[in-house]
Amino acid sequence: MKKLFVPLVVVAAAMFAYAPVAINNVELESTMLLVQKIFYFHFATWMALTAAIVVCGVASVIYLFKGTLAADWYGVASAELVVIFGVFGLFSGSLWGRKAWGVWWQWDPRVTMATMLVLIFLGYLMVRKYGGPGSEKLAAAMGIFGAATAPFVYKSTDWWRNIHPNTNVMRTLGDKFPGAWNLVWYCVAAFLLLVVLLLTARVRLEALRAELDRMYLALED
Amino acid sequence: MIRRVFCACFSLAAMSARLLAQPGQEGFVPVTGPVTEQIPAAPLVISSYAFFFVLLFLYVWTIWRRIGRVEADMRALERRQAEGGPRR
Repeated sequence: MKKLFVPLVVVAAAMFAYAPVAINNVELESTMLLVQKIFYFHFATWMALTAAIVVCGVASVIYLFKGTLAADWYGVASAELVVIFGVFGLFSGSLWGRKAWGVWWQWDPRVTMATMLVLIFLGYLMVRKYGGPGSEKLAAAMGIFGAATAPFVYKSTDWWRNIHPNTNVMRTLGDKFPGAWNLVWYCVAAFLLLVVLLLTARVRLEALRAELDRMYLALED
Repeated sequence: MIRRVFCACFSLAAMSARLLAQPGQEGFVPVTGPVTEQIPAAPLVISSYAFFFVLLFLYVWTIWRRIGRVEADMRALERRQAEGGPRR
């Protein structure tokens, strides 16, 4: 991964540099017009968040039951990414809602559950920071329950119909709006690459911290 | 006394509710003449993308700064070890 990191950063930078140009060039959606263009990064950020949640859930299970140190590093790194992508997802959704729904915020089931999900992972990070010795295990349990919440957030628009579009939007997008279909998956690819790069950098930080702790202990001995 | 205060409060609330009540809309009114959209979309779209890039750069900067701080601590510790390191 060390050799691939810099070339992948270049690829990601090029993809993110081109994305606004492609979004500007894609045709307008017929009912929402310009504001629908928020969708490309909005959807991609929730996909990136989902990827980070999967990593956090798996890493939390491994750390909780096997105690593998590297799994703990992946857990905390991916939890941080969940919060970052979640904040952007909620913010972009709020801007879109201002135009599409006429309000900055709506207590729609999807929006409310997504907020709760982000708060669970914010709680994970606070437990890690302020929980003292042993907080890694508590945080790992939170990570597992946070990951278990994610499918409910996804299905919330189908189960409790409200103002947020349901999951059929993506199923029919390819037939109705092929330009948007291609572009949204381009953005998803760019965001998933970003997840890989940020996760790698953040895990390296945790590895260095562990090495520093080991050095302090060696010096004391 | 309590009964009088309660009656006064109840009467006041009932009067306020009657005064504040708006008549319900009885039908839709068609637009006459040209109309423009009330909420422009461009600032919302630009704000969304700008916020993402600012958030991303800030996050990358915090990771870079935290890694730099840990590496500086490691270098300082290695120097102490090389010098025969005073025990804490």
